Amino acid sequence: MINFHKDHANLVNVALLVFALLSTGIAVAPALTMQDNNAPLPDMPKMTDQERRGLSIYVAEGCIGCHTQQVRNIEMDKTWGDRPSMPSDYFYSKERPNIWQATPSLLGSERTGPDLTNVGKRQASEAWQMLHLYNPRLVVKGSVMPRYGWLFQEVDSARVKPADVVVAVPADQVDKPGTKVIATDHAKDLVAYLLSLKQAPLPSGTVAPEFIATPGPNGKPVPAAAGTPAAVDGAAVFSQVCAACHQPDAKGLPGAFPPLAGSPVVNDKDALKMVDIVLGGYSGRPGYGPMPPQAENLNNEEIAAVINYVKSHFGNEAPATDAATVKSQRAVIAPQTAK
Amino acid sequence: MSPLPVSGFWDRTGTRWRILITTGAIALGTPMLAESPKTAGWTSSPGVVGTMVILGLVLFVAALIITARVSVLINDAKLKRKAPSPGAVDGPNGIHLAGTGYRLRGDELGGTAEAVDGKSLISRATSEPDNPLVDEKIYSRLRLDVPRELQNLVVAYLATSTFWLVFGTLVGEYLGLKFVFPDMDEVSWLSFGRLRPVHTNTVFWGWASLAMIGLGYFVIARTSRTVIHNYRAGWWGLGLINLSILAGNLCLMAGINNGGGEYREYIWPAMLPFALALIITFRNFYNTVKRRKVAEIYVSNWYLLASLVWTIVVATIGYLPMFQDGLGETVIQGYYMHMGVGIWFMTFTLGLVYYYLPSALNKPIYSYSLGVLAFWTQVLFYTLIGTHHFVFSPLPWWLQTVAIVFSVGMFIPVFAGTANFLLTMKGSWSAIGRSYVLPFFLVGVVFYCLGSSQGSFQAMRFTQNIWHFTDFNVAHSHMTMYGIVTFILWACIYALLPKMTGREPSQTMVGAHFWLAFIGLFAYTVSLMAGGTVKGIAWLEGVPFIDTVIATRGYWTWGAMVGSLMFMAHLIVAWNFVAMVRNPLPVPQTKALEPQTP
Repeated sequence: MINFHKDHANLVNVALLVFALLSTGIAVAPALTMQDNNAPLPDMPKMTDQERRGLSIYVAEGCIGCHTQQVRNIEMDKTWGDRPSMPSDYFYSKERPNIWQATPSLLGSERTGPDLTNVGKRQASEAWQMLHLYNPRLVVKGSVMPRYGWLFQEVDSARVKPADVVVAVPADQVDKPGTKVIATDHAKDLVAYLLSLKQAPLPSGTVAPEFIATPGPNGKPVPAAAGTPAAVDGAAVFSQVCAACHQPDAKGLPGAFPPLAGSPVVNDKDALKMVDIVLGGYSGRPGYGPMPPQAENLNNEEIAAVINYVKSHFGNEAPATDAATVKSQRAVIAPQTAK
Repeated sequence: MSPLPVSGFWDRTGTRWRILITTGAIALGTPMLAESPKTAGWTSSPGVVGTMVILGLVLFVAALIITARVSVLINDAKLKRKAPSPGAVDGPNGIHLAGTGYRLRGDELGGTAEAVDGKSLISRATSEPDNPLVDEKIYSRLRLDVPRELQNLVVAYLATSTFWLVFGTLVGEYLGLKFVFPDMDEVSWLSFGRLRPVHTNTVFWGWASLAMIGLGYFVIARTSRTVIHNYRAGWWGLGLINLSILAGNLCLMAGINNGGGEYREYIWPAMLPFALALIITFRNFYNTVKRRKVAEIYVSNWYLLASLVWTIVVATIGYLPMFQDGLGETVIQGYYMHMGVGIWFMTFTLGLVYYYLPSALNKPIYSYSLGVLAFWTQVLFYTLIGTHHFVFSPLPWWLQTVAIVFSVGMFIPVFAGTANFLLTMKGSWSAIGRSYVLPFFLVGVVFYCLGSSQGSFQAMRFTQNIWHFTDFNVAHSHMTMYGIVTFILWACIYALLPKMTGREPSQTMVGAHFWLAFIGLFAYTVSLMAGGTVKGIAWLEGVPFIDTVIATRGYWTWGAMVGSLMFMAHLIVAWNFVAMVRNPLPVPQTKALEPQTP
């Protein structure tokens, strides 16, 4: 007869058995199921070797402590992705890297910094990513992220090789004149990994899982406002997409990102050049980093709204454009995104 | 007008809370809770209501105590200032004392002869308290007959654990300051991402685990009425755990970690010594219980043995590689991090309470059966709740639901345990005021009830909506790992060491330790809970992310400031520890129990 009070062997064995059974049911079995039913989405690009090295830096620096990589299926997470994350999204990134380390715990449990599921799409500018890692507060004033100076090197301007990635540190921020800040291989790998973080499109015909609306009074979701969808808010698009580089006051960062306030392109009576730059990106302007194309990131209405917002704010005055113009330019500049 | 009276009631109540919380937020400098249909009614969700009830209870009890104290002070003052009415008879035998200026001398009931204690009944008498500023507590005069080897082993465990406490919380304090001054340094080894796991792992595996095992060695020998099976094994365990923490921390700071899963950041070669130490400790405890001189296995030992053997399972599952690709890793991570807390720290610490609390009160535990009930419900409910760290994630919905349901089930072991401890204290409330050990127990038990219930409420889906990913999580971890586990470990240390070494810490220093730690913890958790709530609501309302970071800054500043109180307390802990173990008084000359061959 089992007597836990007097038989130590019985007590320990039963406690162990109960715990092992429960653990198998709640952890090991579901984990095995998740691992076995795992396949990448058909349009998901494989990770390159450089991106894998970048992921290992991401793990080593403890980025996971502050940045999540999961778009939860609730309304408030819509900011971070076009659809809720699904297991397939992690097929390539959540692989055991070597025998010393476990699978990266990418989903995270703290969002001290923003979610990074879609950061490659949201912040596609390599120049911005480099400068942000070098000193986050140069580009985002209120940031509390650490500076990653050890991923960069200060070298004499004369010794910068053409292959080097020079960080566009604003002129007034360089401590020593005659030196340039260049990215080490670690920084290049990490930025390559960050830029690769984009939600893969679902196969055509698949319907993405829906976001759960925030429960309102009595726990029932608040119904969406009836009628036509509200007009796109140019100011919101500006603050979400443009302000990171061009800064909230549109004055840019000297030596890194050009100002939009008073810019001849913005104030041009003909909006076409600005529409083209937003759609297709721009590079080659001396003294500034390249601008990534936004054709995939923003739709025609959003581009028209944000252009009109910039053209009528920050001291700019120029005639407005419309979504139809953006649409016709899209067919020329970025035909692959014009459906 | 709402068509349903019930919904109208909730709406109004919700608004009232909203106003209350908004006022609090504005007072703290963050007026960002605007009315919006997206978050209207969040205050009426069960999880939020439950949490508010808990907070309300704490505030109510605090208000009650403060009111009682203040009313005593006022009454005293009134009595003193009351002018005697002229002509009234206020003395015995019709004597009018107010008019004569008569005062009692204070020795009317005694004599003037010198007091002589011829039979040595009084051990210590003074008319001058050591410190007129604080209440004097009862001194611990009881000496326990502890084998020299056991005493050395326990002191060694506690010494290293206290070292890791000071080191780990120094790192924590530094990290707290980094939220306010992110440019404090630019050294890779000291960067936030690398140091954060150093803080958590050091206080987990270094401070709490070593202290638990050290205190456990005493319990297992004492309650089995025998000596430890193998002292050398105890020293091996001590060395292995310290090796693990040293190697693990160096790796973390050098940028070598296991993949970022919380509390699983040490790579397996660094964690292996810890796992070996667990196995060694379990064998040692088990063999000690096996040779016990009493028939029954005391309930403490149920918890100690089980938590060791369960944690060996948890560590194995957490580090075995074959089911950890893709989201398999996430399932295991949820399981591992919660079992680390619940199955290792909580279970073991409860085992310690079942011994040290009754012994400090010098009475038996209220109900043995309630302890056994709490034991089995602990394993049943705790094991299944890990996935509540990943609510709304791409993990299977059923797994999330099971975790939430069993999180609520945790009320059963928590209330069973709390009731048992409080009912043991019942009738001895005055002893708490006179002891420097029992207040630590009281705080630990109260936080056990509140912190655990708060965790259950936080697991619910709506509260996850607001609080998940915010600083509220950090507040919850400190409320439990610090409020429960750490306070109870301190209680046990202060209860045990003076009885072993014959050396007591200065009561003023113990008082300073208690109040700095308690106020620090309370202010820290409240500021992070408020900051987390403000942030979560702002996210729900769609406020741009960076604005929510800026809005949290005030709360982080508070957190760092009051966090330094906790760190100061730990310096005092180290001081007190040295005072208790330096120059131990000789053990009374009685023969230690000899081990008997079975």
